[in-house]
Amino acid sequence: MIKFFLMYYEHVEINKPTLLETEVIKSCLSRSNEQYSFIEYKDFKLIYPENAALFIVVGVNDTENEMAIYEFIHNFVEVLDEYFSRVSELDIMFNLEKVHIILEEMVLNGCIVETNRARILAPPQILD
Amino acid sequence: MVVPLLKLQDLIEEIRRAKTQAQEREVIQKECAHIRASFRDGDPLQRHRQLAKLLYVHMLGYPAHFGQMECLKLIASPRFTDKRVGYLGAMLLLDERHDAHLLITNSIKNDLSQGIQPVQGLALCTLSTMGSAEMCRDLATEVEKLLLQPSPYVRKKAIPTAVHMIRKVPELSDIFLPPCAKLLHERHHGILLGTITLIMELCERNPAALRHFRKVVPQLVQILRMLVTTGYSTEHSISGVSDPFLQVQILRLLRILGRNHEESSETMNDLLAQVATNTDTSRNAGNAVLFETVLTIMDIRSAAGLRVLAVNILGRFLLNSDKNIRYVALTSLLRLVQSDHNAVQRHRPTVVECLRETDASLSRRALELSLALVNSSNVRAMTQELQAFLESSPLDLRADCASGILLAAERFAPTKRWHIDTILHVLITAGAHVRDDAVANLTQLIGGAQELHAYSVCRLYSALAEDISQQPLVQVAAWCIGEYGDLLLEGSCEEVEPLQVEEEEVLALLEKVLQSQMSLPATRGYALTALMKLSTRLRGDNNRIRQVVSIYGSCLDVELQQRAVEYNTLFRKYDHMRAAILEKMPLVERGGPQVDEEAKESKEAVQVSKAAAPVPTEPQASKLLDLLDLLDDTPEDAQHPPPLDPSPGGTLVHLLDLPCALPPPAPIPNLKVFEREGVQLNLSFTRPPGSPALLLVTVTTTNSSEGDVTHFICQAAVPKSFQLQLQAPSGNTVPAWGGLPITQLFRILNPNKAPLRLKLRLTYNHLGQSVQEIFEVNNLPVETWQ
Repeated sequence: MIKFFLMYYEHVEINKPTLLETEVIKSCLSRSNEQYSFIEYKDFKLIYPENAALFIVVGVNDTENEMAIYEFIHNFVEVLDEYFSRVSELDIMFNLEKVHIILEEMVLNGCIVETNRARILAPPQILD
Repeated sequence: MVVPLLKLQDLIEEIRRAKTQAQEREVIQKECAHIRASFRDGDPLQRHRQLAKLLYVHMLGYPAHFGQMECLKLIASPRFTDKRVGYLGAMLLLDERHDAHLLITNSIKNDLSQGIQPVQGLALCTLSTMGSAEMCRDLATEVEKLLLQPSPYVRKKAIPTAVHMIRKVPELSDIFLPPCAKLLHERHHGILLGTITLIMELCERNPAALRHFRKVVPQLVQILRMLVTTGYSTEHSISGVSDPFLQVQILRLLRILGRNHEESSETMNDLLAQVATNTDTSRNAGNAVLFETVLTIMDIRSAAGLRVLAVNILGRFLLNSDKNIRYVALTSLLRLVQSDHNAVQRHRPTVVECLRETDASLSRRALELSLALVNSSNVRAMTQELQAFLESSPLDLRADCASGILLAAERFAPTKRWHIDTILHVLITAGAHVRDDAVANLTQLIGGAQELHAYSVCRLYSALAEDISQQPLVQVAAWCIGEYGDLLLEGSCEEVEPLQVEEEEVLALLEKVLQSQMSLPATRGYALTALMKLSTRLRGDNNRIRQVVSIYGSCLDVELQQRAVEYNTLFRKYDHMRAAILEKMPLVERGGPQVDEEAKESKEAVQVSKAAAPVPTEPQASKLLDLLDLLDDTPEDAQHPPPLDPSPGGTLVHLLDLPCALPPPAPIPNLKVFEREGVQLNLSFTRPPGSPALLLVTVTTTNSSEGDVTHFICQAAVPKSFQLQLQAPSGNTVPAWGGLPITQLFRILNPNKAPLRLKLRLTYNHLGQSVQEIFEVNNLPVETWQ
């Protein structure tokens, strides 16, 4: 069971999230390794790099720089790595709130706020 | 009954243990029931655990709206853990459409003013994610205060909240405009990031803000320069590039500010060049920054050298082994190719390489780009590459590739023969996927290339003999063989190896096409007509053809049957006219395809020629009718016949005598239509008010030369939809030196109010010569037919 979480920074209808998610997962999984990691889906783009068994997908609208988002995903994974010491899927699942906290530190309403690892991890570490 | 409450972790484990969907649902439903019970009367200390479980369940997709009120209660509680989960729940469960969200406004206000940083951070986060317009209006002042607080933690969170507020309530942008300039001076990158986003948002919404912020361009340049030139700083660097996110944001803002604005663009030029050259491209971060730089260069008014640099960077991206970068580069090059064509040309070989990508959408982009890059100097090489690609491409790309090649060939063909060859090749390889008017274009092309008739028909014949399944190819080949069958039989084309073709072979091939299952009805139509045409071209007797035609007289397909019957009649009753009707077609002009009109015209023309045969007996009229294009030869396929021009030399020329009334003075301006050696022709127009479709034209011929004009005859022709009546002229001599002019009255009926076209034919003797003039009257005033 692969589960990833999407924070919706734009209003989405109530039953659409699940539908949306399933479609997105399907299209991501169906792409093989040789294909590149940007997909155009409806009216926005999906960006996902592969990190072993973990898939993180980010949907952005057309004007964003795809490579910058790619970088952001890398950064995010690194942050999670540092916090959980080698993050894996189970870590994320069992510590969902913590991950949410970290994500909140980094992205606020779709804008990237902080990318410095130390500063991001300070509040969650205080919480512990 | 007290049920032990599960912790979130246990719940997750249980859910994972469920093997089927039904089991999972069961577990969740049970748990939801517990949660609901505990919300009603449970321990407040445990509430946050319950909500956490509920949120997990919600994430899995199950309904969780009953938790909304709990969120409110948790937010209001003083404990941090409660607030934490409560805000998270608010973000996930509440949104604008539920009325409950307004209730948290007060809580947020309290939290924001309390001054506890983490709490403020939480509140701001929630507000920025789901704040509605009313909430934003209420809390705007709070957020503004927080913008100016000393703590960077809170400030960096307050800024994106401000961004959200502006998005929801654009009027608030006034409040947030002043702090921006001050915030730019910060050193904290988080704040800078947020500020830049804020400025971008302000500029996008408000052109006045745009002008205001142009002043800070130098400052932004300064910041970026510092970022690029300072060395490694542990705080912010990501794989060797110092804070690429900030760089990218600044570049984006510069793009917005510099768009369409010369001054700012100039200030940025150096910096952009510097960034482009200094950035390390071995890692993705560097490439991201470079890509943003390229995008910025493309959008602002940059120097030409800079644009070339941008294109070169993209070219380098194309060579990169990482396919993401190649994808991104191809997309941007596509955008650039319109404006900087030459620069992109230099990378043509790389682009063509990309055609061979395994990935479908990459090769599609490469195809589009290659098509855009074709020009007259590289058309031969490119077409070769594209044709190679066509053979190996996946099906969905074939149609695009084929039509692209055809278009390119049309625009840039160096020689007609090459053009024909290319189209032929495309038809053979991907015939089923070409656009429908390719057939029409090709026939028109071949028809126009006189010298290549023999060559084309030979090649088409050999192609057809090999394969009769590609419909467009068959159609064109059938048409050609019909038209130029005699050239084929002579076997005289030098450029291809001499082909000895027997009449019988040709007929057999056409019959095969007719009988084949793969032929579309349209193709059969072409083949039948071609057979008919061959009856005049071939030297042998026509028994075989007559047989085939009569067989099809009882065919089930109505179209074919009609043709066959008509052709049969042509054989039997009108054999003397067969040669004339089946003559070679004159060159058709490329007009828009007018299906029904031509079909009707040709039908009527054939009826006219068979039924009454008045046409060939009137020698004068027939000269005008030469242009009629007895359109019997046109295959009337339902889809797209070769485009034909409605012939300007109309048909119905009635030479009637009618009592003529002198036309009243004309409000429409007179028109001088002809002048030669002193002989002038003037037209004057009248529209009688009683009959709106009627136009009276008076033709006045004057002579100011020293010789008489004798035996003057004037004839006219109009398009088919009009009716023309010529009245007898007042005479047929115009004495010299301005003698009495000849007048003649035309009556033109125009029931359809179509644009009037008039063709005149004059014959007279003047100065010892006999003169004949045919011309069309241009510049007819609009009032004549409206």
